[in-house]
Amino acid sequence: MSLDEMVFIKMRGDRELKGRLHAFDSHCNIILGQVQEMIYSDPDIPPTVKISPMLYVRGDAIVLVSPIK
Amino acid sequence: MLFFSFFKTLVDKQVTVELKNDLTVRGTLKSVDQYFNFRLENIVVLEQEKYPHLSAVKNLFIRGSVVRYMHIPESAVDVTLLQDATRREIAASVGVSS
Repeated sequence: MSLDEMVFIKMRGDRELKGRLHAFDSHCNIILGQVQEMIYSDPDIPPTVKISPMLYVRGDAIVLVSPIK
Repeated sequence: MLFFSFFKTLVDKQVTVELKNDLTVRGTLKSVDQYFNFRLENIVVLEQEKYPHLSAVKNLFIRGSVVRYMHIPESAVDVTLLQDATRREIAASVGVSS
């Protein structure tokens, strides 16, 4: 699987995450390391970017998970 | 069981919980249950000017379903252990379904 690989996650509320996948379960609850969060609002405004060294993400808000090369 | 066990290792650590209503609270994780409901003590609300209604609150209980993120100290996590536990959990669930 993509454990210890960088993944891209699309979430509800126009949010995206990029980070290293450390753990997940069948509900798609996830632990991500070295995380970059992008929050999109207006199409003309660049997204708000937030960094976090270690993040738990609840699975029910996740829409898509994909590996990044 | 994996995440429940993981959260139990974080008890007494300082964490920052971001809720789905955008409220962000930092505090000491005191307990967790099977639904990932959390109890935090000695909380501080981030962006307090925006969310003044918790100014008198010291401890709180958060329903697991309203959590978006928990920011965790990197030092509190052993990533190798987590990854190995995940592989075991996936192997176990594949065995059950097939």
